[in-house]
Amino acid sequence: MAGVSRLQYTTEIRLIRVMCSGRVDLAHLFRAFSNGMDGVFIGGCRLKECNYITHGNFHALNLVLLSKRIMKHIGLNPDRLRIEFMSSGEGNFFAKVVDDFVDTVSKAGPLGISEGLNPETLRLNLKAVYRLVPYIRLVESERLRGHFETLEQFEAFYAGEEFERLFKELIADKLAISQITALLQGKPLSTGEISEALGLSPSDISKHLNNSARQGLVKYDEEEKRFALA
Amino acid sequence: MEGKTGDFRVRLRKKPRYVREDKCTGCNTCTEYCPVQYPDEFNQDISNNKAIHIYYSQAIPLITYIDENCLYLKEEKCRICEAVCKNEAIDFNQTEEIMEINVGAVILAPGYEEFDPKIRADFGAGRYDNVITSMDYERLTDSTGPYEGQILRPSDLKPPQKVAWIQCVGSRQVNPPGANSYCSSVCCTYTQKQVILTKEHDPETECTVFHNDIRSFGKDFERFFQRAEELPDVRFIRSYVSVTGKDPETENVIIKYTTPEEGVKEEEFDLVVLSVGLNPPPDVEGLAKKFGLELNDHGFCKTNPVNPMETSRPGFYVSGAFQGPLDIPETVVTASGAGSQCGELLSYRKGDLSVERVYPPEMDVSLEEPRIGVFVCHCGANIGRVVNVPSAVDYALTLPNVVYAQEQLFSCATNCAEEITEMIKEQDLNRVIVAACSPRTLEMLFRDTLREAGLNQYYYEMANIREHCSWVHPRQKDEATQKAKDIIRMAVARAHHLEPLMEIDLPVDKKALVVGGGIAGMTCALSIAEHGHHVYLVEKETELGGTARQVYETLEGLDVQTFLNDLIKKIYRHPLIHVYTGAEITGTAGYIGNFTTKIQSARGNTEVKHGATVIATGADVYTPTEYLYDEDNRVMTQLELEEKIATEDKMIAGAKTVVMIQCVGCRNEDRNYCSRICCNESVKNALNLKEKNPEMDVYILYRDMRTYGYNEDYYREAAGKGVVFIRYEPEQEPQLEPAEEEGRTVIKVTLPDYVLQKNIELDADIIALAAAVIPSAGTREVENLFKVGLNPDGFFKEAHVKLRPVEFAAEGVYLCGIAHYPKMISETISQAYGAAGRVLALLSNDIITASGAICEVDKNKCVTCGACIDACAYGAIEFEETDEAGLKAAVNPVLCKGDGLCNAVCPTGAIQLKHFTDEELLSQIDAAVPEEEAAEKKETAV
Repeated sequence: MAGVSRLQYTTEIRLIRVMCSGRVDLAHLFRAFSNGMDGVFIGGCRLKECNYITHGNFHALNLVLLSKRIMKHIGLNPDRLRIEFMSSGEGNFFAKVVDDFVDTVSKAGPLGISEGLNPETLRLNLKAVYRLVPYIRLVESERLRGHFETLEQFEAFYAGEEFERLFKELIADKLAISQITALLQGKPLSTGEISEALGLSPSDISKHLNNSARQGLVKYDEEEKRFALA
Repeated sequence: MEGKTGDFRVRLRKKPRYVREDKCTGCNTCTEYCPVQYPDEFNQDISNNKAIHIYYSQAIPLITYIDENCLYLKEEKCRICEAVCKNEAIDFNQTEEIMEINVGAVILAPGYEEFDPKIRADFGAGRYDNVITSMDYERLTDSTGPYEGQILRPSDLKPPQKVAWIQCVGSRQVNPPGANSYCSSVCCTYTQKQVILTKEHDPETECTVFHNDIRSFGKDFERFFQRAEELPDVRFIRSYVSVTGKDPETENVIIKYTTPEEGVKEEEFDLVVLSVGLNPPPDVEGLAKKFGLELNDHGFCKTNPVNPMETSRPGFYVSGAFQGPLDIPETVVTASGAGSQCGELLSYRKGDLSVERVYPPEMDVSLEEPRIGVFVCHCGANIGRVVNVPSAVDYALTLPNVVYAQEQLFSCATNCAEEITEMIKEQDLNRVIVAACSPRTLEMLFRDTLREAGLNQYYYEMANIREHCSWVHPRQKDEATQKAKDIIRMAVARAHHLEPLMEIDLPVDKKALVVGGGIAGMTCALSIAEHGHHVYLVEKETELGGTARQVYETLEGLDVQTFLNDLIKKIYRHPLIHVYTGAEITGTAGYIGNFTTKIQSARGNTEVKHGATVIATGADVYTPTEYLYDEDNRVMTQLELEEKIATEDKMIAGAKTVVMIQCVGCRNEDRNYCSRICCNESVKNALNLKEKNPEMDVYILYRDMRTYGYNEDYYREAAGKGVVFIRYEPEQEPQLEPAEEEGRTVIKVTLPDYVLQKNIELDADIIALAAAVIPSAGTREVENLFKVGLNPDGFFKEAHVKLRPVEFAAEGVYLCGIAHYPKMISETISQAYGAAGRVLALLSNDIITASGAICEVDKNKCVTCGACIDACAYGAIEFEETDEAGLKAAVNPVLCKGDGLCNAVCPTGAIQLKHFTDEELLSQIDAAVPEEEAAEKKETAV
């Protein structure tokens, strides 16, 4: 209705049509960020007013809250991702939230640089997440998804200790290994170099390298004194 | 209007709209330039409109018309609209047309008019600026309303901080004359909706509702009321009120009311909303005379008590509020029901006028290199004056695989659509993009254009540069042009990946299964059979009839048993209805158009095939555990009392005092709903008792009397005949105790009287409990068998409360009767016809077509994790044994609705929603990047 009512809003947004907000997936979000998009907005039906019978907007909400946590983990401002729920009649609401979102993103500045990430780290981090998409989808639907009734309950769950524990256990370590292997694709590196590139502590890096070596993902090159992909 | 049923000749006068329907595209440029401003009728005259305008933003057709305020029509001046219309749609030479049509039946749907409080200056209406009607308020809250959704009060156009609603304005009133004696049925709930909307709008606004009874008798209405009542700063005050004046400075309105705690009080409000009732439509007498119809005492259409859609004249049916106050779901039900009954009348010549459309054979271009054509629409000036269309065309031609691009003035105009068809052939296009408006408006049309050219319709892609661009960025022409180019680039990227998709045609088994042989099931079965379809009617008891077997009379005086026996006879005599009594359904499988159901009955085991299923399994009566029901035989339910009255039981003859208690077993924590029929049932029994013995003392102890609609008259009649109505609160419900009083054994009833502020005692011979209507015992079984949903109270849940009230979300399965929610017999019959109408809409097709944009599994990628199966609420995905790879997920294309949740959860991307595949969406995401940035990022991309 924003269009039909000719409400004016920012020109800084490009829309992609999906039949249900639940169709949006992790790959779409991180592909957009990898492409250098500064923000991603998802518009879904009002909660509990599903156009289908599937309540896909709750799936989308789960996805957004999880993705925000991943963004935080890799040093990106989670405010760059937003979901809002509205009916097709609420053109004025759409115009308002889109303006507000673009304003927020503009204030946050260009992706990565504003967060103090150098372009190479940003690229590696996003690549690491992107490679992990199939795995995250699997653990998301099996272990991480909240089943609640209201927005507040969802937000409380994702801000809670239980989720934080699961996130560390299921995603954080995998992501670190994914980051390391993404980095090593370029060239063999020492623990110190890896630690510097990824902004993680050397002891964590050692732990992940040892685990990865055991799984046969990386190997230690004695001559070069560096780790390389196996 | 002449002729007879089945063959009417109707002369219609079509007023000129001075706009050619075949040329106007609804672009609204004329409206902008029109110099005449006058109050907008659609927005209750609050804001202004132009002499040429679209009536409202969802109007059909969505095109303009010129009304009598036009300067040219009045004074032969102006004609600006004619000059600015680029499509030459304005035609001042149009004159009134007289058309004659030949029809077999007529449906009357003239609706209602809201009560006008200004006539009697009710509550200062018309006298004080800040007293408005609920319809005015409704428009104010709407985003297409007078102030684009801002709620502003008339006197100073400021948002009101304190709003009061006054209920029952023009309803439930006999004195002074000018109002209506009936209850308008819808106002309590619409007011609650307005309160909720107001609070969503501005949580600080204080809302006060002055009401009589709260009549939340509809499905889920009780919860809705609680939701409104529990909001902060919302007060519901049960009090009569008067508007005593206004503050001359602030223009605030002063209301006088009474509360038990504080007595008489005066309070100021920024805005007062009168919740006006429903009147018959304007010039209803003229309408009735023209069609030779009778009206009822209230001026609405007189209808058959056992068929609320049937008028006094054969071949004439009513749909909607012309039969009396109805809410939206009931209106939709009667619309479908009236349709079904017209069909019964005319089924012998069904399909005579339909013409099948023939398309040229489809070319297979799937192996060819994409050749994309882009058509950029000016939409008159709508797009063209903001977006630089020629530069967008030039830009499109630079994009990969775009072999042709052109601009068009109106792509949707017939000649332009033909041009697209020609260009597809001339340029060998195999993908087509029209950059114009929203796919919601015209995607269907352009898909059709492709089919005409022999291309698969899914090779069409729409780039929305109007609603998403020119209309929302009118002042930023450069940015808008850039955005339009981006949108086209994204559409082109997507077009590369489009695939030809097949829509699946499925045959429809033109038979129906009706589960439940009560009034609902039988009425529905009969209507379907009258259209010439076989019906299997299944009843678990040994006899047909259902709950109605215990009802002797309706409030209007209909003899239910005679009606019921007549209906049962019609069922048994109908050659197309196959009755199974003492029956149980042991299994059912299949999907819309093709179900198979196993029935075990007195006739043995059988399996039937059918295209549609109707659930009409009825409901049960609550067995009270309260009020000594299981201890004392003087305590009975209203149904039991009705039986005793009808059979002239001696207990009735000897009774001096009967006390009726309402809301037994519902409107409480366990059952948070109103059983809808009980107030009416109690009034009916009270009237019958008074008729038999006018000396008898009858008391009705109630919480809110919910005698909605015309039944209000019976409530008034009962009060007039001396039935005493005493209100009680659930926290202080009546106490019962067997006692001896002056040698008479009675049940002593004690309860507080809120008017007299003291306890009262009643000595009753009979206690009648208005026991709740509860979901039938077999509900869970039906739920599992037919995979249909239940609402929180355990009644069946329709697909959409307002718009699809007789359909389940599971396609091909329908519902009617009290299995849906408690309702009166006449309402049950309405709904039964309504369900029949929906069933017939399905069964009248030889085939049904399933969309091509559904999900599909790549078996090689499937890892059998089941995530997709969990995600699909339609149950469209199941594991299937494959020859090579074992168990793999497979989609039933008929059940898949194309939401794509499964696609988002699949870890390997094995399941893809066609037309919205990962490839298609990712290509759009990649193409969204501005080109110069894309070039920079090329080597850094992942």
